[in-house]
Amino acid sequence: MSTELLKAVAASNEWWALGPEIILACAALGLLVLELVTPKAQHRFIPHAAGMALAVVLAGVALNFGKIWDGEELFGGLIRLSMPGQVARVFFLLSSLLVCFLATVCLPRARVPRVEFYHLLLVVTAALMLLAQSNHFVMFFVALETVTIGFYILVSYYRERASSLEAGLKYLVLGALSSAILLFGIVLLYGAVGRVEAGGVVHTGFEFGTVLTFLRENPGNFLATAGALLVIGGVAFKIGAFPFQIWVPDVYQGAPTPVTAFLAVSSKAAGFAVLLLLVHGAFAPLAGVLVPVLSLLAAATIIFGNLSALTQRNTKRLMGLSGVAHAGYLLIGVVASFTVPWAAGAVWFYLFTYLLASMAVFGVMAYVAGPDDSGEELDHYARLARERPFLGAVLAVGVGSLAGIPPLAGFMGKLLLFVAAFHAQLYGLLAVAVVGVVISIFYYFGWIKAAWFEIWTPPAAGTDSPARPLPAGPKWVGVAALALLTFATVLLGFFQAPLSGWLLPR
Amino acid sequence: MNPSNAQLLQLAIATPLGAALIIACGLPKRFSTKLAAAAFTAPLLIALWLWSQFPAENAHQYAYLSTTYTGLAAFGISLKLGLNGIALPMFLLAAIVGLAAGLYALRSGAERLKLYLVLLLVMHGGLLGVFASVDIFFFYFFHELALIPTFIMVGIWGGRDRNYAAMKLTIYLTAGAMLSLLGLIALYVKSGANSFDLIELKDAVAAQALAGHTQNWIGGLLLLGFGTLVSLWPLHTWAPLGYGAAPSSAAMLHAGVLKKFGLYGLIQIAIPLIPLGLQHWAWKLALLAGIGNVLVVGFVTMAQRDLKQMLGYSSVMHMGYCFLGIAALSTIGTGGVVLLMVAHGLSVALLFLLATSIHHRTHTFDLSEMGGLAQKTPVLAAFFVAATMAGIGLPGFANFWGELTVFVALWKFSHALTAVAVAGVIISAVYGLRAAARVFFGPASEQLQRVTAQHPPADLDWKEKLPALILLAALLLFGFYPKAISQPVDQALNPAPVTLTAPAR
Repeated sequence: MSTELLKAVAASNEWWALGPEIILACAALGLLVLELVTPKAQHRFIPHAAGMALAVVLAGVALNFGKIWDGEELFGGLIRLSMPGQVARVFFLLSSLLVCFLATVCLPRARVPRVEFYHLLLVVTAALMLLAQSNHFVMFFVALETVTIGFYILVSYYRERASSLEAGLKYLVLGALSSAILLFGIVLLYGAVGRVEAGGVVHTGFEFGTVLTFLRENPGNFLATAGALLVIGGVAFKIGAFPFQIWVPDVYQGAPTPVTAFLAVSSKAAGFAVLLLLVHGAFAPLAGVLVPVLSLLAAATIIFGNLSALTQRNTKRLMGLSGVAHAGYLLIGVVASFTVPWAAGAVWFYLFTYLLASMAVFGVMAYVAGPDDSGEELDHYARLARERPFLGAVLAVGVGSLAGIPPLAGFMGKLLLFVAAFHAQLYGLLAVAVVGVVISIFYYFGWIKAAWFEIWTPPAAGTDSPARPLPAGPKWVGVAALALLTFATVLLGFFQAPLSGWLLPR
Repeated sequence: MNPSNAQLLQLAIATPLGAALIIACGLPKRFSTKLAAAAFTAPLLIALWLWSQFPAENAHQYAYLSTTYTGLAAFGISLKLGLNGIALPMFLLAAIVGLAAGLYALRSGAERLKLYLVLLLVMHGGLLGVFASVDIFFFYFFHELALIPTFIMVGIWGGRDRNYAAMKLTIYLTAGAMLSLLGLIALYVKSGANSFDLIELKDAVAAQALAGHTQNWIGGLLLLGFGTLVSLWPLHTWAPLGYGAAPSSAAMLHAGVLKKFGLYGLIQIAIPLIPLGLQHWAWKLALLAGIGNVLVVGFVTMAQRDLKQMLGYSSVMHMGYCFLGIAALSTIGTGGVVLLMVAHGLSVALLFLLATSIHHRTHTFDLSEMGGLAQKTPVLAAFFVAATMAGIGLPGFANFWGELTVFVALWKFSHALTAVAVAGVIISAVYGLRAAARVFFGPASEQLQRVTAQHPPADLDWKEKLPALILLAALLLFGFYPKAISQPVDQALNPAPVTLTAPAR
């Protein structure tokens, strides 16, 4: 590479534009260095350093939110800056910050190395942010694989525990399958589009823009359509949409609670960020094929998620399967966004409310769980509201918001999606969604019932079920974090201005 | 309008909610009860003031309007408050029953009293908000705000079968609320107003009415959703079970006020916006309400042995009259329904209150295990008989005017259904008087004698009498001076000043 090119690259502001991701990656390496150079007694500060790094980058992105050129392409079209990309950055940083908090609660209970967890967390966060801004299938695949490989390790992080290892293996096998499907789709697209020379510049079928032009000119191309559908299939795995949801309950149950939260929030949101990016970008001309396919996926996902969550007693499986149902509601928003442009903003609004509520619930789960967090059952919540009223209140608000009960934020998310679906005239999907919401009331309410209503239980017979110790109360950081999440969930229920200002039309 | 009155209206809703927040944040118990008492009282004082200031000459318009933007102005959602002639009596009803329920809760000595008060205050704030909302999104929002505490109160402080009752209540009422929400969103999208503001929706519909078949299916959605919430037969089964299990104050507020949400929605939203849709369903609604609610549920009520279950069924039955009045689709009928809603709200709240007071003395709700209580507690007996008479619709109580007006309207709609409705009055007289006789007169059962030997029953104390008196006074006031309600309602329904049923004095 000639020095002139290097100089040109150095002089451009492309590196600045990727500042957040680069800082995170450097911080991730910095954590490992810190572990090497500091005495062992000081290692407990490393998680705080990771949290600080995330908080600083989050503040930086939030302060410079509007200071990008919407549509600017970096590094020869690998990355494309956009407003949805900025929203995604904020989302992933916020989510990772909360995962970092959950990890400081959960990890000390297990005999596992600590620092690597935060290292992986930062790397995966950076990759998630790149993924949501990618504009090239190679960039897209590399970012997605970085995320997925990070998750392989994180899911099986409790390496002395069979359930965690089993979850890791299941995620690995099915994740590899989905990567293969995705890659096959990309290759088909590349093969169909080939190399296009325009104005002396060679474009390939890896670039989103080239694929878009090709699909627009050849709407009926079978190979390209099949490739696009396979790519969507690979993304559906991340979302946990039917029929790619099989891994969800087992992996959610076995993974450490912070990782479950990370999977439930960030991984799902990444899927939707990418899905919105693709269906309104490269695959836009295929709307005629995608709308029926995604509608079918949405209906099946809602029905499957809600029905399978009905009988769950294990809280993590319940969160996983109800999360599948949430993915279904969100898919309705994606379908609606083909005819109602602001529906994409409604999807992001829903994702933010889902983040707040889920993290609050996972926070309570982290405190209620004993050393083995994969076996947490609804019965373990008995008398929670009496013994730890604060945790009980946070749980009620979080679960209520997930159920979409007004006056909580989750209701506003659902309302906006429903209004969008009404505008798009998706009456069938709306009917399915309403049935799904009513079913979901049963299991969400069951959880609140377990924590708040005093149900007479027979005294434990024998010694097989010893009395559970009182869950530890959160320290002040935990109280502050959970109180903030609860407050935001309640506030957004009736005052949406903080989010609607930059997600929805004014 | 006077801006300070608009702020007073906001204050009336904010007071209970704010008090709930303060108590929830950990106020000591002795301050909590005082603050709660003040927060239950303030809305009634404000409501009475707003009532006295209400501009009678243009009651069809909204008074005390105020708008607060919440960030979804692009979707036509904003917190818009105001009262018109239909909303005013309902707002007053919510304030009266809320105060009575609150005072009764303060003396109840319930376990975890602070949480009980917090939930009751949230419910009260939500109820006031429902009837003060001009924006139909917030109309729904406040309804849910009041509904959620009901579920929790049934689940924590409920009586027999509370877990099952709470679950059933939650699922039925959430399903009903979701269906009516879909109907409201459909109105928002189909009217083309792109706003949830009822005034703008009315303007949009006045400019161009909705197509006939659109009105029909929106009407179906709204009737199904609101019908579930108001316990239209055969979707009523949650009501007796839920009221049977609910703690008294929650039952008073729900049966007395919150349940009227659906009827109020039909009158305030459906009749002006989708009149053809209602007309399409009028006969089906009337048959369900007349045969199902009035006759079938009426006979079921007669067969009840449990006092609270009987009250639950009787409130389902009385909702039948309200549906019949709406199905008649006339100004007289609608006005009568508003009167009846207020009257029934007051009388059913009084009955639930007294039922719990009876339970404190007899330790049972089973009618066959009671008797002869009148000798020991004459004041309680007098209140109960008066409340029963009001429920039957005896002249002198507000219920009489409501039922009479509904029957007059119904006569034009269908003679046969009027006959059914009048038969319903006889049914309600039978079960009401029989219950009063079983509880207070005749010989006491052995069971009761054993209980009263251990705990000699005292008559109503002042802390019980006060809420009961408030409700009874309101019933009598509107019974002797129904114009207080009928005039603003009449003018809200008829922009031209035409006297309605003229039941003045």
